Amino acid sequence: MKIVIMGCGRVGARLAGLLDIEGHSVNILDIDAYSFRRLPPDFGGTALVGNGTDEESLKKAGIEEADVFVALTQGDNRNVMAAQIAKHIFDVPKVVCRIYDPMRRELYNSLEIEAFSPTTIFAQMLKEKLEK
Amino acid sequence: MYIIIIGGGKVGYYLARALLDEGHEVLVVEKDPERNEFISGELGSVSLRGDGCEVATLTEVGTGRADMFIAVTGDDEDNLVACQVAKHKFNVPRTIARISNPKNEAIFKKLGIDVTISSTNIILEYIEQEVPTHPLTHLLDIRDKGLEIVEVKIPPKSTTVGKRVKELSLPPGSVLSLIIRKQQKPHVPTANTILQAEDQIIAVTSPESEEALRTTLRGS
Repeated sequence: MKIVIMGCGRVGARLAGLLDIEGHSVNILDIDAYSFRRLPPDFGGTALVGNGTDEESLKKAGIEEADVFVALTQGDNRNVMAAQIAKHIFDVPKVVCRIYDPMRRELYNSLEIEAFSPTTIFAQMLKEKLEK
Repeated sequence: MYIIIIGGGKVGYYLARALLDEGHEVLVVEKDPERNEFISGELGSVSLRGDGCEVATLTEVGTGRADMFIAVTGDDEDNLVACQVAKHKFNVPRTIARISNPKNEAIFKKLGIDVTISSTNIILEYIEQEVPTHPLTHLLDIRDKGLEIVEVKIPPKSTTVGKRVKELSLPPGSVLSLIIRKQQKPHVPTANTILQAEDQIIAVTSPESEEALRTTLRGS
């Protein structure tokens, strides 16, 4: 699969590494080239400096041929905007984004954007651990 | 009308002031406590500290009964999300977003924002109008119809000087609406109107035909 990831933080870099090992073609975007230090040393994909809410940068990252787009920057709104551009402008078949704010996540899920809230997931997981 | 403004920067503040003067009920949502204090000091208690993209904040300010929702922060993505929350969660009838990147205009439209205002484009258009040698100036967009009103000046040595309007091969959908000449009243051109040097022509066209219209009128 052709995968575009926006945001090369800890999660983004790790996901990129995992998908790359599986043999997928991975392009990862970040506005700061310094973030790419987090990528594994044997990363075979492409790292590009660019803003994922900008159409031109997304095109350079190969969004037009992508099967999957994942938005993982620190900003909920940036992720939501990029995900909607990928889905509605470039018709990427699978779009996933991270939204920390649980209520905002709920809203965008209802707008057919597949979103995960680490806040909800992690809190739930901790609660289950503690109650064991 | 009850109008909610997201972002209490310069744009948000002056907008709130103007709308209050017109007698509207206005509320500004702003994250920064200092800006909040400033706005409250200047305009009375019309500002609330909070994140305008958060459902909780928007519930608190009664977004459900707002007639208009205007997001004017400096970040395009924040304005987009704030307007989408207002629209989809609170059914606000009219949402307006300020955008800085002119490319986002089409994207915002597609994502359901009613009106976008690109400050960059507005400034650019005014500058175009002030530059006298500019071959074609945008005066107004009629967006729903895909039309625009433009101004073209006929250069003194153009091959179109002395030609009748009917002799020009205007691109389809383009209409010459008005001719402005020095020391004359503006008049509506007919098929037999002869073009003169320095004529200012106001025309209706479509974005696709703009280039062809410019070439036809300016000649060579």
